[in-house]
Amino acid sequence: MYVAVKGGEQAITRSLQLLAEARRGDLTVPELSLDQIREQLRLGVARVMQEGSLYDEELAALAMRQAAGDMLEAIFLLRAYRTTLPRFGYTQPLDTNAMRVRRRVSGTFKDVPGGQVLGPTYDYTQRLLEFESTAPTSPLQAEAPLPDTMPRVLDLLDAEALIERIDAGVDPEPIDLTREPLMFPADRATRLQNLARGDEGFLLGMAYSTQRGYAESHPFAGEIRMGEVDVVICPEELGFAIEIGSITLTECQMINQFHGGNGLPPQFTRGYGLCMGEGERKAMSMALVDRTLRCDELGEPAYAPAQNQEFVLSHSDSVEASGFVQHLKLPHYVDFQAELSLLRTLSKQHAQHLNAEETAAQETSS
Amino acid sequence: MTSNYNFAFLDENTKRMLRRALLKAVAIPGYQVPFGSREMPLPYGWGTGGIQLTAALLGPDDVLKVIDQGADDTTNAVNIRRFFARVAGVTTTERTTEASVIQTRHRIPETPLREDQILVFQVPEPEPLRTLEPREAETRTLHALADYGLMHVKLYEDIAQYGHIATSYDYPVLVDGRFLTSPSPIPKFDNPKLDHSPALMLFGAGREKRLYAIPPYTKVESLAFDDHPFEIQRWEHQCELCGSDESYLDEVVVDDRGSRMFVCSDTDYCGQRRAEQAA
Repeated sequence: MYVAVKGGEQAITRSLQLLAEARRGDLTVPELSLDQIREQLRLGVARVMQEGSLYDEELAALAMRQAAGDMLEAIFLLRAYRTTLPRFGYTQPLDTNAMRVRRRVSGTFKDVPGGQVLGPTYDYTQRLLEFESTAPTSPLQAEAPLPDTMPRVLDLLDAEALIERIDAGVDPEPIDLTREPLMFPADRATRLQNLARGDEGFLLGMAYSTQRGYAESHPFAGEIRMGEVDVVICPEELGFAIEIGSITLTECQMINQFHGGNGLPPQFTRGYGLCMGEGERKAMSMALVDRTLRCDELGEPAYAPAQNQEFVLSHSDSVEASGFVQHLKLPHYVDFQAELSLLRTLSKQHAQHLNAEETAAQETSS
Repeated sequence: MTSNYNFAFLDENTKRMLRRALLKAVAIPGYQVPFGSREMPLPYGWGTGGIQLTAALLGPDDVLKVIDQGADDTTNAVNIRRFFARVAGVTTTERTTEASVIQTRHRIPETPLREDQILVFQVPEPEPLRTLEPREAETRTLHALADYGLMHVKLYEDIAQYGHIATSYDYPVLVDGRFLTSPSPIPKFDNPKLDHSPALMLFGAGREKRLYAIPPYTKVESLAFDDHPFEIQRWEHQCELCGSDESYLDEVVVDDRGSRMFVCSDTDYCGQRRAEQAA
């Protein structure tokens, strides 16, 4: 006798208990502290903050621990929490020119004013697993401190009028994508917002495709810089700007060839990437995709997936994608039943059709 | 009830934004209103649109019913009901007749709804033309021009190929003679219940950030041709639990030798009928 599936509530409760047990693991091993996660898994924390659109290392660490290291789940947790936070106001635009740089490299000039600064990077680690626990190192103090501000490499080209000019003053007020729906065609500020929250893996794949011929793109890493930037707000009741803290940012400015078109002279064009914390791979991918998505504005032939803004922007978000892909595990009995009865009808028709053909063939041959 | 969160999770400004969008939706039956969909603590694709609408509708005195596939006891329905019991503390019910707000996925209850009830649908893809035209900018233009030739050609091609329209769920409807609308993935069996429904029907698509409405007593036509009228699914079976021969049936595999049984997908309807028969 069939008994309808009852007891969903109890099953969910038990499943949550199993999850809690699995997440904690062996009780003889001490639980990770949030400080440990913040200090020793800082790149993971940065990614969760960036794609979770919430700059809070403590909460990002908490989300990572709760998600047992599943970054997309941690990002989802942070996004859902973010929904409940009130808005006090908007900051003034961040001035990355005044970044207290810890890393700054350019692929376009051997030396640039301010110098190339490698900073803490995995680039030259040789990727040998370090089996011994790492001994604490004591980095040497530089002979001279880095300058307070470093000119942007792209501004050097700008002085020669070789690169497109961007007049920040003419930018329209950006919409807030977390409060307004994404509409098409989306302007550049909106696209950049979407890409900033976009999944790193998705953007990396999209960016890679532009290098392999799916959209003409000849990029140079004009400048990548990472460091701390002050956050400034100007509360209406005060009427003057106050600094409320500083955040770590990674900024990437790509330089792309452009042979002219759509009324524009041949010049270098820009692709821009920015992310919270140390996130060079993400910032570079974002810069490539940003530039590729400017194809309409620059009159470039658009045929590749990375040039199609509806394709890129509608599928970049890991929380949306992960939810919808995984919703397939929900019950679909009703739709499936409808399809089943349709398929039975179609297959019956098909069989009748075959029979009729056979009969007709026999009649003609006899 | 968890007091760390506002009543029904969303803050009051967000609810006001949602209610404004809902009023617009009711004023333009079947039109997809873009709205600032929030990130909910349940995954996209699992009812975030419906949950936001329900959150904007609920008051402390409301009685909420949540169904998935017609059933109150499927895990996602249980989870959404648990969510609102936790963040809004409202009374919940499994009885269709007792509910003031019913959130549903993939079904319309068999028990006829009343004027004082609201049915909230969870919608995965609000755009009925999406499988025929992936570009949003283009489909919005087609709606503006009421240019639904694409869909008519698709249905015609079905007839040319199979002799009948081969769409069994999420069967497109024309609302108030104007907007082509997705009824959400309900079986076409439920489509006639949309027409001139006494209850307000609201549709929420969280991931796609669209909501729309079918106001009470609005004309809703399922697309068809004069010589190929709209038809709903019929079964050769009756429900093996309550004996109903007019409800939508789920097919259940009962052993590994291919035996099947058919039971009502609407668990409340089936349960009520059995209770009456036992009395």
